Parts: sequence; C-alpha cells; structure tokens
Amino acid sequence: MTDAAPATPLETQREIDRSHMTVSDEVAIQISGMNKWYGSFHVLRDINLTVYRGERIVICGPSGSGKSTLIRCLNRLEEHQQGEIVVDGTELSNDLKNIDKIRSEVGMVFQHFNLFPHLTILENCTLAPIWVRKVPKKEAEETAMHFLEKVKIPEQAHKYPGQLSGGQQQRVAIARSLCMRPRIMLFDEPTSALDPEMIAEVLDTMIELAEEGMTMLCVTHEMGFARKVANRVIFMDQGQIVEQNEPEEFFNNPQSDRTKLFLSQILGH
Amino acid sequence: MSDTHAQTVRFVRESMLPEQEPPLAESGVLKWVRENLFSGWLNILLTVLSLAFIWFVLSHLLPWFLNSVWSAGSLSECREIRDEVFGPDASSACFAVITDRWHQLVFGFYPPEFYWRPIVALLLFLAAMAPVLFAGIPRKALWFSAAAPFLIYFVLWGGTIWGPLAVALGFVVGYATFVGLSRFNALLATLGAIVVPILYWLFVAGPLAGALASVLPIGLTFVPSDDFGGFQLSFIIGMAGILLSLPLGILLALGRQSNLFIINKTSVAFIEIIRGVPLIVWLFTASLLLNYFLPPGTNFDLMLRVIIMVTLFASAYIAEVVRGGLAALPKGQYEAADALGLDYWRSMRLIILPQALKISIPGIVNTFIGLFKDTTLVVFIGLLDPIGLSNAIRASTEWNGIYWELFVFIGLMFFICCFSMSRYSIYLENKLQREHR
Repeated sequence: MTDAAPATPLETQREIDRSHMTVSDEVAIQISGMNKWYGSFHVLRDINLTVYRGERIVICGPSGSGKSTLIRCLNRLEEHQQGEIVVDGTELSNDLKNIDKIRSEVGMVFQHFNLFPHLTILENCTLAPIWVRKVPKKEAEETAMHFLEKVKIPEQAHKYPGQLSGGQQQRVAIARSLCMRPRIMLFDEPTSALDPEMIAEVLDTMIELAEEGMTMLCVTHEMGFARKVANRVIFMDQGQIVEQNEPEEFFNNPQSDRTKLFLSQILGH
Repeated sequence: MSDTHAQTVRFVRESMLPEQEPPLAESGVLKWVRENLFSGWLNILLTVLSLAFIWFVLSHLLPWFLNSVWSAGSLSECREIRDEVFGPDASSACFAVITDRWHQLVFGFYPPEFYWRPIVALLLFLAAMAPVLFAGIPRKALWFSAAAPFLIYFVLWGGTIWGPLAVALGFVVGYATFVGLSRFNALLATLGAIVVPILYWLFVAGPLAGALASVLPIGLTFVPSDDFGGFQLSFIIGMAGILLSLPLGILLALGRQSNLFIINKTSVAFIEIIRGVPLIVWLFTASLLLNYFLPPGTNFDLMLRVIIMVTLFASAYIAEVVRGGLAALPKGQYEAADALGLDYWRSMRLIILPQALKISIPGIVNTFIGLFKDTTLVVFIGLLDPIGLSNAIRASTEWNGIYWELFVFIGLMFFICCFSMSRYSIYLENKLQREHR
C-alpha cells in the first residue's frame, strides 16, 4: 500500500515547503448537524465538521457520495435544509447579504472551469474585483497580472478562454478566484476533466497555494496530492462522513471496511 | 513468434515531416465547377434544368424591367409611350407611378413644406444608431443616442420643445429617486424609481411643459399623426417597436426564469396571452376597443397605440427567443457568477445576458424582421402605410389598373431594410465569435 505510486509525476518531483503550512486554532468553517435533501432523497446526513484556518482538507469517496454537494453548500450554490453552517463567522441563511458576503470571501474552482467565454482571461480575472469589491480597474488589472504570473500564464492574458488548453483554463480559474483575495478556497474535482499531462500543472498550482498557507477544501481523487499536501483526509459514502484522519494514517491504516474497499479500488492498479 | 514480429514492427522516426501544399489539381475554378456542377449524370441534368428555369424566368421578367417607362403622368400616358418606343405588344413596366407619387409613398400626407423634418429625423436616427450598432465609435456618443428619441419626436411631430424635454426629465427624476433611496433599501429604491416618474409624467410633466411653453415659446409647427403615412409611417412604427420590444422582451424572459412566484406567473401569462392572439386582433383592440376602457375625453394618439401594441406583441416573441438563449447556457456560468459574489442583476448584465443574447441573435433579428413587415397590417385600421397608399393610388383616375409596379417597389423597399438587418446580424455574430478557430 505504501508504494502505490500516484499517477502524477510532476508534483512528486520536488519537496513540499512546509514552513507556512501552519494550522491555527481559529475556526474557518463550522458545520453542525447539517442535513440536505434533493426532494425526498437524503443526500447529506448529519454532517459535523470543523475546519481550522490553514487546514488543507481532501474529501474523497465514491461518486454520488455527496462530497461535491457538501462543498457546494459552503457557498450556497446548494441550500441545506437543516443544521448550521458558519463560514468565517457568518452564518449561511436565506439572508442575501450574508450569502454575497460569504461568496466574496470564499473562492471556488469547478470541475469544468466555468470561465466566462465572452471575456478575455484578464477580464475574467478583473470582473469580480471591479464589480463586487469596487477595486479601480487599473489596480484590478495589476492584481490579475500578479496572479496570472503566479499560475504561470501571464502571456495568455488577452486571449479568450476558448483558445487555451484545459490545464491552462483551470489555472486561469484558480487565478480568477484568487483575485478576490479569498480566505478559503474550495476545489470541486479540479482535475477530473483534464488530460494526465495537464493534471500535473494544475496540481502544482494547488500545491503552491497550499504552501502559502491557504485554507483549502478539495474534492479530488488525486491521492498523491492528498498524501503530500493535505493535513486531513475525509472519506464520504452515502452522504455521510465515514472516516477522517491524517493522510499517513488514512492511507496506511484505514479503519472502516468501506474505506479499505475504496482505497484498494483506486490505488490497486 | 513475438521475436520475428518485433523486428518487422520496430520503427523510430528520426526527422519530423514538414507541412506541404495540396496538389494543384485539387484547387481552382475548374475543380469547383467539375465538383459542384458536373460531377455525375444526375448532377449534369440538374444543372441544365436549373439553367433552363433561370433563363425562362429572366426571359419573361427582363424585358418588362428593361422596357420600363419612368416618366409619365398617368397609366394611359405610359401605354402611349410604350406603343411609340417599344411597340404595342412589348411587355413594359410603368415605374412612372413611383416617380409621380414618390413623395406620397415616402412621406404620406406630411406637409410638403416640412419634408426636411422627416429627413432630419432619419439622419438623427442613423447617427443615434451608429454607436449602438458599431463598436468603433466613441462610447460618449451613446449619450446622444439616449437623447435622440426625444429630439426625433420633436422634429417629427413638432409642437413645443418643452413637451419632450419634460418627458425626458422624468427619466432623470427616476434616476435621482433611485440613487437617493438606494442608500436605505434596494427594493424601495427600485419601486421608487418606477412609481415616482410615473406620477411625475401623469401629474407634473404636462403642466410643467405648458408653463415653460408660455414663458419661453420655442417650437415647430405641430403636425398631427393623421398626416403621417407611407414608408415614414412604417419606419417609425417598425423602429419604435424594435427598439422598445428588445428591453421589454429581455425583462419578460428573465421574469419567466425567476423563482419569484408572482413575477414568474405574470410573465408567463403575459407572454402566452399576447402570443396566442393574432396581431391584427391586437391592432383592432388598439384602434377600437381601447377607447371604451379609457376615461371619456382622453385622446390617445392612434399611432402611439399601434406602437404600444406592436411592441407588446414583438416583446412576447423576443422573450421566448431570449429564454432559449438563457436555457442554452451551461449551468456552470450561473454558478461561477454566483460563486464570485456577483448579485443577480450584475451576473445577468455582465455574464449571462451577453452570452444568451449572442446565442439568440438569429432569433431576435428574425422577430425584428417579422415585426417590421407586420407593420403593413396597420392598413386594416386605416393608417396609410405604403400598402394603404398603393390602394389609394390605384383608386385614382390616373393610375387605375396599375398593380405590379407599386408592389414590386414596396416589396423592394421592405427587402432592402430586412436584408440589411439580416446582414447586420451575421456581422454581429462573426464579431462576437469567441471560439477557437
């Protein structure tokens, strides 16, 4: 089990700099007794989870286990029907003001990038800062170029999303979120729609982000990433948290039978 | 077995091949003709048949056009000229009716001494549309476009200039109310921005304009709507309908997608009722029935009523076309806009509508073209659009018996307008093309 090599070569090639990866005891997200239904289908059942600032959490599990739905509840892309979610000290309720406040503090990266195809890369990155944060255009563009350099594609700034490869698009999507200077980043299967060669470049960007101490929640099947970067791995099945542990323990010594089965299936070949 | 096989299969490319031009025989005019016109027996037969058909049509139509008479006072004079020049059996068009009645066809019964006013209005209209239609013009010109409707109204109808100015001031009042109230509450501000201007228009605008006019009488001679006719009338109704129905249609489409129960159901009911009844019925409603519902004594301009009906009718269609565009957008676009913290109106204006409208361009322009041609229906409620005028012209003793020339001309004018719209929509689609080529 220990030498089950991750499929992504690039990110394993360098040592992770852990000097800024510190978990504080300040609570970033608090979920208590949360339940969600789609019609009569009970998707999320009694979720209790506390995320501390600086934590890097990987959520994994079979498809349909509710992991995407869980992180989509954190910025109200999905509504929960029972229980309490507090993000950054603000409770998620029907109050539109609170929702907009939380959304502007929480960045999200989607499986299918969801860049705005009618805007250039630069416009994609400056739109929300200009219209939500009221940042002057000049300043927003400088910030955008800073983050585009960080994800290593400043030369694409004036192209349209359709002209970029999948990996590049996903890195732009990450830069677009970062331009809002979020305190928490959510990743919803960010590499699932990418070719293997492009997965590495996106994971590299995510690792750099983790090294800077960003609070991250990632739904992903990249177990190499989980092992290297995460400080906590959560395994979900049938809408419930089945097991959570530190990555070493989680991969080497899984406790529940469901987790063992899942790990043997995704690491077995 | 595997050993021998591996030897024959082994291959390593040492240099990559450069790109090459296609062979010469695979390009050029000859290839096109061979491939598209004469590629097989069936194809050759169809080509020959098509050419024969084109020749048949042209051989009948061309002499009629080429032998046409452009200058005569009546149909009988036309026939005399034809008999003299081309012989009595020649087929000949009498376009003299167009030159003779040109002013009437274009301006209707607008007073001849004021013909410059519709021309100025048209120039104002074109200047106002330019910055809306084409990107190369400075954005500041849009302020002129916003002021143009009031100017154009003033130039066409005349009267005191304070009337249109007082109406325009209503929008400023609305905006000021919105800015003033939005410090307290967004919903209150929106309501105020709708209610206050309406109250202003109903109770303040009229007396204000009257007072200003008595102090400082600036104006043009008033021309009543009854004098409007011809292409001028079609153009005013058509363009006003087009320009007003687009924003209304977009709002209806958004209303139909809304989660708010009352807004949603109102939009659905409006769209279905307007769309489910023929336009001609709405026009009769506008011309006859509306007077029964309005307080006695209110004189509500017939042309204005027609413009309102045509606008409402087209906006129901636009709403459905735009709804198609909205539905075609991936859900991820809505989610990405939400996740960035954009509120509803900003995400609609900046993310959703630009893309949805781009998808809907062909449908929207289709509706516009339909609307523009449907303006000819106003002939049934007694407005003298080109069709109505053609009936009047044919009823006169000079031109009794003329049919084709008038309708060919009217058709051509409509075709030019509609074809330009169609071309513009293709230009716009290409300009907004963002996909990788």
